[in-house]
Amino acid sequence: MTQSVVVQIGQCGNQIGCCFWDLALREHAAVNQKGIYDEAISSFFRNAVLIDMEEGVVNEILQGPLRDVFDSKQLITDISGSGNNWAMGHKVFGSLYQEQILEKLRKSAEHCDCLQCFFIIHSMGGGTGSGLGTFLLKVLEDEFPEVYRFVTSIYPSSEDDVITSPYNSILAMKELNEHADCVLPIDNQSLFDIISKIDLVVNSGKLDTTVKPKSLVTSSAGALKKQHKKPFDAMNNIVANLLLNLTSSARFEGSLNMDLNEISMNLVPFPQLHYLVSSLTPLYTLADVNIPPRRLDQMFSDAFSKDHQLMRADPKHSLYLACALMVRGNVQISDLRRNIERLKPSLRFVSWNQEGWKTSLCSVPPVGHSHSLLALANNTCVKPTFVELRERFMRLYKKKAHLHHYLQVEGMEESCFTEAVSSLSALIQEYNQLDATKSMPVADIPRLSIAM
Amino acid sequence: MSIVTVQLGQCGNQIGFEVFDTLFSDSHSSQGLCSKRENEAYQASCKERFFSEEENGVPIARAVLVDMEPKVINQTLSKAAQSGRWKYGQHAYFCQKQGSGNNWAYGYSVHGPRHEESIMNLIQKEVEKCDSLSGFFIIMSMAGGTGSGIGAFVTQNLQDHYAHSLKMNQIIWPYGTGEVIVQNYNSILTLSHLYRSSDALLVHENDAVHKICAKLMNIKQISFSDINQVLAHQLGSVFQPVYSAEGSFHYRRNPLEGFKDPALYTSWLEPVDAFNVWKTQRAFSKYEKSASLVSNSQFLVKPLDMIVGKAWNMFASKAYLHQYTKFGIEEEDFLDSFTLLEQVVASYYNL
Repeated sequence: MTQSVVVQIGQCGNQIGCCFWDLALREHAAVNQKGIYDEAISSFFRNAVLIDMEEGVVNEILQGPLRDVFDSKQLITDISGSGNNWAMGHKVFGSLYQEQILEKLRKSAEHCDCLQCFFIIHSMGGGTGSGLGTFLLKVLEDEFPEVYRFVTSIYPSSEDDVITSPYNSILAMKELNEHADCVLPIDNQSLFDIISKIDLVVNSGKLDTTVKPKSLVTSSAGALKKQHKKPFDAMNNIVANLLLNLTSSARFEGSLNMDLNEISMNLVPFPQLHYLVSSLTPLYTLADVNIPPRRLDQMFSDAFSKDHQLMRADPKHSLYLACALMVRGNVQISDLRRNIERLKPSLRFVSWNQEGWKTSLCSVPPVGHSHSLLALANNTCVKPTFVELRERFMRLYKKKAHLHHYLQVEGMEESCFTEAVSSLSALIQEYNQLDATKSMPVADIPRLSIAM
Repeated sequence: MSIVTVQLGQCGNQIGFEVFDTLFSDSHSSQGLCSKRENEAYQASCKERFFSEEENGVPIARAVLVDMEPKVINQTLSKAAQSGRWKYGQHAYFCQKQGSGNNWAYGYSVHGPRHEESIMNLIQKEVEKCDSLSGFFIIMSMAGGTGSGIGAFVTQNLQDHYAHSLKMNQIIWPYGTGEVIVQNYNSILTLSHLYRSSDALLVHENDAVHKICAKLMNIKQISFSDINQVLAHQLGSVFQPVYSAEGSFHYRRNPLEGFKDPALYTSWLEPVDAFNVWKTQRAFSKYEKSASLVSNSQFLVKPLDMIVGKAWNMFASKAYLHQYTKFGIEEEDFLDSFTLLEQVVASYYNL
């Protein structure tokens, strides 16, 4: 059994991380009635590292229901925070805490029989998650080169209230480009839209249908009320569910397993193109027990609709490089095949990967569902987000707005900014080139001719 | 004479279980529809080939299970043990923790050499338990990393160490519309390597077996379990004892003898010689009469051609190559594989 270590950094990272552990516990408790830590859950549990440069969030965790799960040895905190400044997080706290971080990571790794993957959870727009989080990536790459680095990154929406979020995000993106194996970009606006959609259904009170509360992709463990204590709880639960589904095939059995190293192998055709757009379905289960195949097929259709993406993106109208479908629950290979055949004609795949599907079947469904689907798409639909981010960056940078906060940090120069934006432009250019092939006819490359 | 089976990867192990189960059920079936003496001869012959005897009477499959992660092997071992009718050897498996990540290069160049000694030792132990070894039956898929990569590596090793025994590889051809995105790369690398070290490649296509389940058996929601059972049924009927040249009551000693028949492999035959019939009176798996056809024909050229074509397209754009080169499989290795397979395709087309 392989292990993964979850590293949650900054306010956003830690809040999402908490939701993740909450739901993970619930999931394994449902599967293992005795409630003892079984092998599958030990695959993750002992190995978390929580980092934040201010104490508020981590302290809350230590006082909340998960206090018995973590111990202080797994935490690194400071008091002052990074002031939404990537340079503070990356340069100042990076050098200050490098040794401590390394030490905690090494300890976590030692507990692992076979460490396969680091899951990093952070936001891009702030200072700690963004700056210290990406500093960590380089450390992980140097110290544990064989271990995969999967990063869940929350990108700022256009109405983000942190003015400097474009600076932070682009400086962070350069690091993601260079040191992450796989990035799952997510934006708050999409999460918010998903919540609105669910609320609409839940509150519409149609006569015959009631939604099973536990099945809501936004619900917390054991929470029967639809109100959440904190505004971001519902959104964080969605991300937490993403991580649970991503790792389900590695934790539970199935007729077609998919391990984490297979995700990178199949979905990353070129090292720089490692941004995967994710979508989760279903968002809720109706209490109606009999699920006819039509509804199962609806789950597959939904996975490709832009309303279900965890990022503002429209994969159906862009170009696919590769796509993974991770199915859980009572779904068989014939259901999978039927739906791939059905949906294929409406999707555009790059010429050299016309059948670029990676599939997995895990027998254990998520709590409250009989089946679920996580789709991961390596698709050029990420490009608009990056382009928009660059535009927001340029609007600030042209006026040199707030730049002094960064430049006064030791080790920061203007070249950091120009290099970061070049890195992003190069990435955008790669996607542009791929998009240009979209409308071209698929020509077969001439084969080797053999003299007989 | 006995066959030692090597089951590799998730697919190989899942199918291997079904094959042994089918063979066992058939040989112990009460509906042999033949005389008692006939039945006993059949049973004795079958048992010797695939099972060895244990003190408490539960037959042990002559098999070695290999996988680079533990879940499937654990399941397979316990399913067999739970049945109470037959089981796998207690220590007849080799397992690691991490899997091969669908990467042929990782299976062939990293796992293979690293675990060569352990795996070959296990096989050697099984061979020593046989009075007389007929050959090896290696069950593997082409699309993944373990079955394909380690399967190719192990077959090569068997060629070196047991040159006089027949090596037959059961390879599973993946669905045309992907299970694994790099399946075409993994397939061409596997086929080109097996071509040099295997004696016979018995091919089953997932698409074809799926159609059988859908159209002939009318299964509504087809699972891999259904597919594997159909496969096992086909394989079982080919491997069960058949009469030798001496006629009734004398079962062929060597189960793989039929596969050594050179007539199976030559390209020019008089129609009257084209069919080689292996007979037995005894019914198979409760079917009153059954027939199995093993053929070497042009049937496989089209799928082979398609796989080579798709892999070539991907190779031309250099997609995913970095995943292979980081474990020592370079572009030249790919080109060698392509060249060999294009030759095979051309040979079949020239018939």
